[in-house]
Amino acid sequence: MITYAIFFAFGCYGLGLLMNLWRLARGPGRADRILALDTMVINVIALIVLYGIWQGTAVYFEASMLVAMVGFVSTVAYCRFILRGDIIE
Amino acid sequence: MIVEIVISFFLVVSGLFGLVGSFGLIKLRDTMQRLHAPTKATTVGVGGVLVASMLYLALVEESFSFHEVMITLFLFLTAPITAHFMAQTHIRMRVDRNELPPTQRDFGWSLFDEPPEMDPAPTKDTAKDTAQGN
Repeated sequence: MITYAIFFAFGCYGLGLLMNLWRLARGPGRADRILALDTMVINVIALIVLYGIWQGTAVYFEASMLVAMVGFVSTVAYCRFILRGDIIE
Repeated sequence: MIVEIVISFFLVVSGLFGLVGSFGLIKLRDTMQRLHAPTKATTVGVGGVLVASMLYLALVEESFSFHEVMITLFLFLTAPITAHFMAQTHIRMRVDRNELPPTQRDFGWSLFDEPPEMDPAPTKDTAKDTAQGN
């Protein structure tokens, strides 16, 4: 029963990634593209944690933690680059 | 059995939340509206997955860990910050400054106007300069 629920969540987040990809390709402004990339990072974190549940190990939490940190820093850096013209003043 | 039902419930609900968040990203009309869906619904979805993972590892595998709490805290702390930055980027790139409402203060929006001059705090250099001047 948990296996079917995990497969359902896999399908939901995979479909969500495809929708983010559509917005990333289509998005009219840079803010939309940054938003799509940030949402893709969050969906990938969910997919990594789901894979960890499926395999029954706690090994993948470090990977998801790293993806979360890199995603946050990259989003903030891109926004600051657009707002200020450089990243580190 | 009850443990399986609870974990499956969290997984299904979090999957639906994630799907709603990503669907809102393509469904809503404006960038400011689109900002709402992923930053709230998807964050709750990831939180549900992490709660399910914590329950699974604690109750089925019997190895409790605090990594999920750390990831949840990190995501819930950083989601408002990224949303704030993206809203700033959108206003800076797309919104005409004449359409923005007045700020009811002496100075305008900080995105477009320079911040007001503060009274300079007395530093060592200025103190030395005044001493030399006297």
